[in-house]
Formats: sequence, C-alpha cells, structure tokens
Amino acid sequence: MKRCLIVDDSKVVRTVARKIVEGLNFAIDEAVNGQEAIEACRISMPDVILLDWNMPVMSGIDFLRALRAMADGERPVVVFCTTENDMAHIQEALGAGANEYIMKPFDSEIVETKFAQTGLL
Amino acid sequence: MNPQDFEKLAALLHGRSGLVLGSDKAYLAESRLGPVARQWQYVDVHALIRALARREGSGADARLLDDVVEAMTTNESFFFRDNKPFDQFREFVLPALMSARSTSRSIRIWSAACSSGQEPYSLAMILKEMGARLEGWNIEILGTDISRAILKRARDGIYSQLEVQRGLPIQLLAKYFDQRGDQWQVKEEIRHMVQFREHNLLGEPPAAGRFDVVFCRNVLIYFDQATKAQVLAKVAKAMAGDGYLTLGGAETVLGVSDHFRTIPEQRGLYGRADAPTTVAASGT
Ligand SMILES: C[S@@+](CC[C@H](N)C(=O)[O-])C[C@H]1O[C@@H](n2cnc3c(N)ncnc32)[C@H](O)[C@@H]1O
Repeated sequence: MKRCLIVDDSKVVRTVARKIVEGLNFAIDEAVNGQEAIEACRISMPDVILLDWNMPVMSGIDFLRALRAMADGERPVVVFCTTENDMAHIQEALGAGANEYIMKPFDSEIVETKFAQTGLL
Repeated sequence: MNPQDFEKLAALLHGRSGLVLGSDKAYLAESRLGPVARQWQYVDVHALIRALARREGSGADARLLDDVVEAMTTNESFFFRDNKPFDQFREFVLPALMSARSTSRSIRIWSAACSSGQEPYSLAMILKEMGARLEGWNIEILGTDISRAILKRARDGIYSQLEVQRGLPIQLLAKYFDQRGDQWQVKEEIRHMVQFREHNLLGEPPAAGRFDVVFCRNVLIYFDQATKAQVLAKVAKAMAGDGYLTLGGAETVLGVSDHFRTIPEQRGLYGRADAPTTVAASGT
C-alpha cells in the first residue's frame, strides 16, 4: 500500500483529506507543520505529500525546500493544497520542486485527477 | 409539463439536434426552459412549446428553437478529459501523422461538439509542448458545437478555478494561462491556434477538405442508434483515409457503424474501415 503524508495545521482539513486519500487506497500519516513533516520523512519517506502552505513553526514552502535537499527527498510526489491561489505562489511552488498544486476549496475528484496525472494511481 | 407538450418538445429537439429526451426528463425540461420562455416573453413553457409547434417549419422561429436546444444540452467538459485519449494523441496519433504527412507538413484536427473549448485547447497545449519538433508544420484545430452560447465561452477561454483544476496539469496552467481575478484565461498564443465555428453534427461537414484527427467525445451518448450511425457516417466522410477518430469513454462504433475499424492496442481510437490496413513506411 502506498503512503501519503498529510501536512496541514487545520484538523478539519486533515480529516477531510484523510477520508479522500484513504478512499484512493493510501495509508495515511499526518503532520501539523513543516517541522513535524520533516521528522516524519526522516523516519520513513512517503510516496506522496499533500502539503498546506501557511502553517506555524515551518511553512509548506520551507518544508518543500528542505525535503528536496534530504537524502531520498526527490522521490515523494508533492502536491500543494492551499488557499494561496495566485500565479506567483504557483510559480514559487513549481520552482521549489512541487509536482502538483490544488487550490482550496477542493474535492475528491480534484485530488483523484491530480494523483492519477502524477502517476500515483 | 403535460404529456402532449413533452412529446412535441422531444420531437422538435430530436429533429433539430438528434438529442433524445428521456421520459424522466420532463421536470428537467420544465426548469431549463423556464428562463427561455421568459426571455422570449411567453407566459410559460406551455405557451413556448405551443408557439414552436405552431410555427414549425416556417423558419420564423429558428432562433427560438436554437435557444431551446441550447437550454437542453449538457455542456460539461474538462481539460484532458480521461487523460488516456490525450496521451494517445501525443504518443501514437501525432507520431503516425508526422511520418505520414512529412511531405505536406500539414495536419488538420476537428474537435466536434467541443462545448466550452477545453478539448481543443488541451490538444493545442499538447502541440505547443512539442516545440521545435513541429516547426514549419501547418496545424489547424477547428472546434465546433451546436450551441452559440457555449462557443462564446470557448472563444473567451475563461475558466473558473474549479474548471482549471479538473484535469489541467499545474505546469500547463502556469505556462499557458493568465489569472483574471478568481478566473483563468487561456493565453492568446494558445487561443489563436484554435478556430471555433457553429456546427450541427446532423448537417454537412463544418469545413471543406479532410480532417486527419477527429475528436468526437461525449456527445454520441445523447443520441439514439440511428442518429449515432448517421453522425458517424458523416464523420467518416469528413476524415482523411488514414485519419483517426477518438470517441468518449462510454462510446463505440462497434455495432453502430461499419465505416470504422478499431486500431490494435489503441482503445477508443478508430480508423476508417476503407483505409489501407498498414501504414506504408516506404515511399513506393
Ligand atoms: C458533454 S459536451 C462534450 C464536450 C467535449 N467533447 C468533452 O468530451 O468533454 C456535449 C456537447 O455536444 C453538443 N451537441 C449536442 N448535440 C449536438 C449536435 N447535434 N451537433 C453539434 N453539437 C452538439 C452540446 O452543445 C454540448 O456542448
């Protein structure tokens, strides 16, 4: 079973995302900020990371830069999932190595298409 | 809606567009035609249908019938809908045509029943991404639909956040769209690659000459067998002998039309039945 790490400081969003991604047959881990996510990745690298942008302690974009510099950190597919819905943020995310980008609000169909298009399904 | 009105409406709709109005759709028809009746200043949908029936064939109310058809169509579409046909276009159809057309260096593509334009724009982006490999080629993309209103949307190329998230890879959004408030517009460099034109699939071909690629997706499902066969026969005629037809995921030519044959290992892709069975690679 493939593994997905969900990184978001909102419990509501994590719960919704978990339901959707579990429905796609992934095992789920959760982290509430970038720092926690780095620790989770050190222990074991997931196949995909669903990543919020604005979080206390460490933001999604800082986490992504740190991740891509880690050993084996190139491997996970990273899908941003954020309310930042402007071109500047999208470009910045792509520049830092994001594979996909979901603008909130999102639904299961969007997550499923993005996962399919990045070769996860 | 009373049964007589419903029957009249179903007959008019079928005659004009081929669309089949299932008997469970009376409520849907009533709610979709309400605004049309108001716009044309009829007291209600009943009056609208009576007026249509009365003037049938006179030509006077062609616009009214167009509006009725438009209101009854399903326009849902996505960028790169179902993915697979677009991968197939990129990896199989284009290479085959680039070798078959290496002399004329010209490829003509028809997106039939293109709705709000996501399908032809997806094809245009694929072609743009080919970059230098298509330099010097003359590639034409024609998008057609029966609905004038939906074609206006297609030409504008403006989509909601939800629409650009359903199937459009983010790299392509970043490259080929401009943000307009909370909406996204296809850039001019892509828009100018596609021409849009009003066209009824029951009528004559939308342009002279033959198309090398036809996408006709998610419209046959709304037709009955006889209409499907009629439309497929017209599509076959408008296609080059060695051209390719792509249908929707729930559509097939099998058992409907003998103008086409399947292509080995390419699901959902069809060639003309009278095409040469092998693509000649040598120039003999
Ligand atoms: C569901 S959309 C399909 C859009 C796109 N091809 C896709 O697969 O996403 C169906 C379209 O068929 C159009 N249509 C219905 N009857 C038609 C006809 N007789 N001739 C041309 N277009 C027709 C409708 O206006 C509508 O835009």
